[in-house]
Amino acid sequence: MGNLFSSSIGRKLIMSISGLFLILFLLFHMSMNLVAVFSTEAYNMICEFLGAHWYALVGTLVLAAGFLFHIIYAFILTIKNRQARGNQRYAVSKHEQGVSWASKNMFVLGLIVVLGLLLHFYNFWYNMQFAELIGEQVGPYGPADGAAYITSLFSNPVFVILYLVWFAALWFHLTHGFWSAFQTLGWDNQIWIKRWKCIANIFATVVMLCFALVVVVFFLRSLCGGAC
Amino acid sequence: MAKLDSKIPAGPLAEKWSKHKADIKVVSPANKRKLDIIVVGTGLGGASAAASLGELGYNVKIFCISDSPRRAHSIAAQGGINAAKNYQNDNDSVFRLFYDTIKGGDYRAREANVYRLAEVSNNIIDQCVAQGVPFARDYGGLLDNRSFGGAQVSRTFYARGQTGQQLLLGAYAALNRQIAKGSVKSYPRHEMLDLVLVDGKARGIITRNLITGEIERFGAHAVVIATGGYGNVFFLSTNAMNSNGSAAWQCYKKGACFANPCFTQIHPTCIPVHGTQQSKLTLMSESLRNDGRIWVPKKKEDVELIRAKKKKASDIPEEDRDYYLERRYPAFGNLVPRDVASRAAKERCDAGYGVNETGLAVFLDFKTAIDRLGEDVIRARYGNLFQMYEKITDVNPYHEPMMIYPAVHYTMGGIWVDYNLMTTIPGLYAIGEANFSDHGANRLGASALMQGLADGYFVLPYTIGDYLSHEIQSPKVNTDTPEFAEAEKAVKEKIAKLFSIQGAESVDDIHKKLGHIMWENVGMGRTKESLEKAIVEIQALRKDFWKNVRVTGTNEEFNQELEKAIRLADFLELGELMARDALHRQESCGGHFRVEYQTPEGEALRDDKHFAYVAVWEYQGADQEPKLEKEPLVFEAVHLAQRNYKD
Amino acid sequence: MNLTLKIWRQKNAKAPGKFVTYKVENISPDTSFLEMLDILNNDLIHKGEDPVVFDHDCREGICGMCSLHINGFAHGPDTEITTCQLHMRKFKDGDTITIEPWRSHAFPVIKDLAVDRSAFDKILQAGGFISVNTGGVPDANSIPIPKADADESMDAAACIGCGACVATCKNGSAMLFVAARVSSLAKLPQGRVEGARRAKAMVAKMDELGFGACTNTGACEAQCPKGISIAHIARLNREFLSAKLKD
Repeated sequence: MGNLFSSSIGRKLIMSISGLFLILFLLFHMSMNLVAVFSTEAYNMICEFLGAHWYALVGTLVLAAGFLFHIIYAFILTIKNRQARGNQRYAVSKHEQGVSWASKNMFVLGLIVVLGLLLHFYNFWYNMQFAELIGEQVGPYGPADGAAYITSLFSNPVFVILYLVWFAALWFHLTHGFWSAFQTLGWDNQIWIKRWKCIANIFATVVMLCFALVVVVFFLRSLCGGAC
Repeated sequence: MAKLDSKIPAGPLAEKWSKHKADIKVVSPANKRKLDIIVVGTGLGGASAAASLGELGYNVKIFCISDSPRRAHSIAAQGGINAAKNYQNDNDSVFRLFYDTIKGGDYRAREANVYRLAEVSNNIIDQCVAQGVPFARDYGGLLDNRSFGGAQVSRTFYARGQTGQQLLLGAYAALNRQIAKGSVKSYPRHEMLDLVLVDGKARGIITRNLITGEIERFGAHAVVIATGGYGNVFFLSTNAMNSNGSAAWQCYKKGACFANPCFTQIHPTCIPVHGTQQSKLTLMSESLRNDGRIWVPKKKEDVELIRAKKKKASDIPEEDRDYYLERRYPAFGNLVPRDVASRAAKERCDAGYGVNETGLAVFLDFKTAIDRLGEDVIRARYGNLFQMYEKITDVNPYHEPMMIYPAVHYTMGGIWVDYNLMTTIPGLYAIGEANFSDHGANRLGASALMQGLADGYFVLPYTIGDYLSHEIQSPKVNTDTPEFAEAEKAVKEKIAKLFSIQGAESVDDIHKKLGHIMWENVGMGRTKESLEKAIVEIQALRKDFWKNVRVTGTNEEFNQELEKAIRLADFLELGELMARDALHRQESCGGHFRVEYQTPEGEALRDDKHFAYVAVWEYQGADQEPKLEKEPLVFEAVHLAQRNYKD
Repeated sequence: MNLTLKIWRQKNAKAPGKFVTYKVENISPDTSFLEMLDILNNDLIHKGEDPVVFDHDCREGICGMCSLHINGFAHGPDTEITTCQLHMRKFKDGDTITIEPWRSHAFPVIKDLAVDRSAFDKILQAGGFISVNTGGVPDANSIPIPKADADESMDAAACIGCGACVATCKNGSAMLFVAARVSSLAKLPQGRVEGARRAKAMVAKMDELGFGACTNTGACEAQCPKGISIAHIARLNREFLSAKLKD
């Protein structure tokens, strides 16, 4: 394989594979969240199952590695690409026809996603898996009582809006990232390029709607005081 | 004067080239490494020659004025390349291609050269396919062909409307491979400004680095000129803006004879001139005449209404259209050779049937073909040409016919060469459009690409060995000699002189005046009076140039005005030679039409008794009349006849 | 038409550049964009000023010599054309037009609007060829090639090497240029023979020369005067990755 990962295409390959891995994780996370809408008990069972057990910790580490690769290489690529662009910028530059806005702003979108991620860690992971890891409760509820954390957080409209903005950024990021990953892998041609873009839009929309659904449902429930 | 020896081998026509190859000497690989060759120009001829010579093991230096070898104007050739493959089973053969080319050239080309060209044409297609040129193919996966003017068979290979581009990219790729190997060294953005002779042999060139202005010397055991034609003497032509005749002209002034300078091809299908600010003319490929029909209205009142934009071409009913090529030349119809088609268009426009505001345009109509084949088929065949037409004229040619008019396209004349492609200067070769040898007085469509590649791939690499086999004892050429110093000094003085004038006119102002003189007097219809007038006017304009031109900036920078000025100075001399040649040739043949010499039907009237020769001009010094020598054309295989495209 | 032009002027590669404003008057809408610049230059020469340097040659959209970033677009505000094919009817009377050179680390400015694109030559020299010598090749019809493959090869081969892809790409990436060559040859049986070597050599050279990486925005395709599809970039990725995985 030689110096594959020091080549421009090799670096993109890392973005592509790590990106696809994170997409798989999103699917898993989405399915888990949906459970909370139907049954908070079932959801808490999953939280229990994913506590500080060895398999969950290994999974978390692998996941973290995926994130790290994706983020670190995003930085490396962005810096190199800016160098390639040169110091002198165009005085006038316009948006080319047919080019998606997301594709040109993946790094900024990625930064927003990371910020949302940090908030999410603080809101959930710190209170749950981390608490279990150190063996003492750090939040108001027990570390496996995910449903309680969801219910309390999304009763606050500020967090609802912050999370929805986060999802929107992720939606944009996914619409480009999904098909782009296949393009980088070379699994693309004249015909599939349109199909992948279409699939990417559908996939991103479904996934992000499901995420948003959970937030909105819990917010609405909080409005009627848990009576509905 | 060097005695003109065409070195045509004896023996039957079909065996000359094989016999010649067997007779000439070769250079051993060990000696090739010691020999240097300079190639100037990177079009089909130059790139293919440099690549092939590099593969053989010579040390090659290649020069071009563009930023990359790939920009050479061969790239703009649209329609195709001829070869006698007979893949279509339409009874094509080497002899038929040879015969069509000789006849198309109105019997003013050398039989032996043309036969060799037809012979190696098949190797070219094989070579290009091996290089990965994506020629058009049929569903069976085999190569497709189309027809071109002057032929009744389908022998033209093509890659959409970009055949020249694809062939050049093939040659350029072969060249790149040699550059990577180190056998060829490339000098882009370098312009040859003089040829250096040592003891009567071509030994090097003086160049200007177009970015820094540095004047440099390069030495070699042989110099190959592959710098194309000089059509830009007319200012408006289908040539690229930077195409010029200067390298060839410097060779002429150093003793290489110039042959048939007046043979200029006026291409019938170009987009008409729209105004005085126009910088160049755009060609619409001859391949369009496969499916397009050329016409003008039969009635003058329709002409008036069309000019006034009160009526559209599509409103004119069939019976009121004059498909004049089909009417005059039933056998070949719209596919008559270029010179015939151009003159016929001029005849109709002169008679008052021209269809645009200037009265200088005819229609090229695809309606019949679209009705017969459907718009999709036409789009697949000519889509890029139609798009190009629409971008330039803002008219959709699927709905309204194109307007076309003849324009200067190619120069059949050029540096005189013998059968080995060597000029009258030992060690100086000329290939492709830069030489004169293969197209006589008119070139057939899709033959320029064929000639450039034939010379570069399959002729020069053999014949140059014969000369270089005598040079194996010569050491590397030392450029630190009085000959090089003198040439460099002359170039620097010329540049200094140009800057010193600081007159009132720009280079383009004067070039446009020259173009006007040439087009009006040395264009499609030439007369004794017009040519004599042209000579006087060009001489006056030349004087004016040297008194009144303004060249801005300095030599030591990227200075496009200086580049243009140097080239125009040469055009102002070359134009006069063209007029002189046209004046002396008291006959009409191919692209050279003298109004005094025509048949009652208005066809070109040759005078084989007095003019079946190559007019070879030798430089005698500044403002001296050049000396004319004649190389008789001997026809053994073909019978000279009035060209007939009627039946 | 009367127009105001803001043109980037830069004496040479090292000197700093700046925008200079010019006025041109009485321009016919049928004039091409470069002819409009010719008119400006002729005026400048008559005034004794240095004309604006810009690269151009064939003026029919095939040589790839012309460049220019016009009002924010490589080759100007029209699709699938080069600057030399752009006509003034695409602008309005009284418009201000900003004209800049290609901007990319790998394409340094030589003077005014002309840039050095020799990096493209170097990439092709690294492997953009099929290694056959002149002569000794089989008959042209000895290998049938499916029409669809030949056509797709031709789609990619239409690249004119103008550099609009690099100029437009926010990453200054030459992927479309490299992909066009790699893909064109990869679609032909003749080209497959050294396909792996070619893809690796050309990508390595592209990286070495300081071009950026592809982030699949598709801006190159949108501005390519020959409309070359980024699907060819997918093929390049495939060729490159499969070649590398075998090493």
